[in-house]
Amino acid sequence: MASIHERLKNEPYSEYSFATRPTNATLFWRRCIIKQIYLFFALNLKIMRIVVGGHS
Amino acid sequence: MSKVVVLGAGISGHTAALYLKKGLGKNHEVVVVSPNSNYQWVPSNIWVGVGLMEPNQVKFKLEPVYRRKGIIYKQALAKEIRPEGDSSSENGYVVVEYVDEARRGQTEKVEYDFLVNATGPTLNFKATPGLGPDLYSNSVCTYDHAYHAWKNLKVSFEKMEAGIHQTFLIGTGHAMATCQGAAFEYALNIAFEVNKRGLHQFADIIWISNEYELGDFGMGGAYVNRGGYVTPTKVFTESILAEYGIRWIKRAGVYKVEPGKAFYELLDGTYHEQSFDFSMLIPGFAGAQMKAFNKKGEEITSTIFAANGMMKVDADYTAKPYEEWKSSDWPEIYQSPAYDNMYASGIAFAPPHGMSKPMESPNGTKIFPTPPRTGMPSGVIGKVVAQNVIHRIKTGRKDHPHKASMVRMGAACIVSAGYGFTKGQAATMTVSPIVPDWEKYPKYGRDINKTVGVIGLAGHWMKLFMHYMFLYKAKAKFGWSLIPE
Ligand SMILES: Cc1cc2nc3c(=O)[nH]c(=O)nc-3n(C[C@H](O)[C@H](O)[C@H](O)COP(=O)(O)OP(=O)(O)OC[C@H]3O[C@@H](n4cnc5c(N)ncnc54)[C@H](O)[C@@H]3O)c2cc1C
Repeated sequence: MASIHERLKNEPYSEYSFATRPTNATLFWRRCIIKQIYLFFALNLKIMRIVVGGHS
Repeated sequence: MSKVVVLGAGISGHTAALYLKKGLGKNHEVVVVSPNSNYQWVPSNIWVGVGLMEPNQVKFKLEPVYRRKGIIYKQALAKEIRPEGDSSSENGYVVVEYVDEARRGQTEKVEYDFLVNATGPTLNFKATPGLGPDLYSNSVCTYDHAYHAWKNLKVSFEKMEAGIHQTFLIGTGHAMATCQGAAFEYALNIAFEVNKRGLHQFADIIWISNEYELGDFGMGGAYVNRGGYVTPTKVFTESILAEYGIRWIKRAGVYKVEPGKAFYELLDGTYHEQSFDFSMLIPGFAGAQMKAFNKKGEEITSTIFAANGMMKVDADYTAKPYEEWKSSDWPEIYQSPAYDNMYASGIAFAPPHGMSKPMESPNGTKIFPTPPRTGMPSGVIGKVVAQNVIHRIKTGRKDHPHKASMVRMGAACIVSAGYGFTKGQAATMTVSPIVPDWEKYPKYGRDINKTVGVIGLAGHWMKLFMHYMFLYKAKAKFGWSLIPE
């Protein structure tokens, strides 16, 4: 039995069918440990700057 | 000696109480009144709701922390505020009703010099007939609710394992509900768990939301710079839902829930119903429903509180159309305009208006999200209110050197999309400022360089890291005040 996901993906003109989808490369980078370790520190730093800078 | 009373020990009130005690020391009294004897790290309730954490992992007892810090704790519910006192007392006071075993039902007058109202939201299940964990839908708003949701979700998983198809309906349970982010996380986590178990062919997961477009999240959406384009959060949100196999119903105001069925009106005025086997629908939020009286005993509730029970502060509450909303409408110091020794922080303060454009169906039903106040601004506001109260007590002056307007403050939200040290994933979103400022940023409403939308494993690590870090901070352990809100 096809999942709802598979059916909707191929159903023309459903809102679902218009959604942007990640490519295999995007999916790979999302789990690539080296890139993710870098992002862990970069995003934490970005968040810290935003929190500390927004109030006095 | 001054006495500061804090109502509520959630993210905002607990933060305020710890900073107050740290700043005021032994010479002044800090009292916390809160009915729940536990502190809970609310964002991790999502993981309780999918059976990946036990309630004990997201909560701890408040009393030992307060004892260690020298904060007086009353396990009670604030019922009434008397800002002018009464004929027998000159000081303002709060009437509290104890809820602990020993003193259940007893009331006490708790006098204050300064009052911080951080009572958060009342989960207004009653506004949608049939909604809530006591009736026909689940909730993840508290650890108890989340645990109850997991027990019901487990039944659906068992049915799918036996080859029985299940429909999951997740989203907002009222036409003007907020907190889309939490429901969204829950939908993604359910989908992740369904896929992990290889059960996707038996599951139909539906996201239902009062947003005009997905990705609005009650903050009027945002724009993200990625892949060479500035794209609205609609693209980002639809993409992740489609990737997880979740379909959606938007512009929907749920108005009734029956066993296995939700009824909703769309913004175009049409009425529909959606059947489900499992649902988690976020209720509308209201304030703590406290009453207020003046010295003569006359009711002044509407002077202190807005109609929804949230407390009025230094915001501009003049009713005006969306086109005339201004950044200066939003409060900076969270002080009551009626009594200058009263403050409201976190979800307890009444916002001047929404952030999302108000929408109405041809039947006159308002269908749009009310503004969210997530954990980060709630914590920051608690801290800033505490700093100003400390300043006033220590200097005797009435000015407020510390400010935290949601028009200048940024916020980060990490939307969990699956748990697992190498397989987990989350969407990290930052916006700055929280409230769009179209005068300062005419193109996108916010600083595009500070707006981020990134999906990946790092987000999951950050969410998990924040779980441990913020529980450590809330336990007021060594160096707690160095950890930002
Ligand atoms: C499931 C879920 C997930 C979330 N995830 C995130 C996230 O990932 N990131 C994020 O930033 N935000 C998140 N949020 C939002 C965040 O939890 C809230 O913004 C935050 O809890 C608000 O803090 P608060 O102190 O104002 O209210 P609360 O945390 O609700 O605290 C209110 C306190 O007041 C007490 N109280 C209530 N009535 C009274 C009374 N009459 N007298 C005395 N005390 C009273 C309550 O017992 C409680 O202790 C999430 C919310 C939910 C529901």
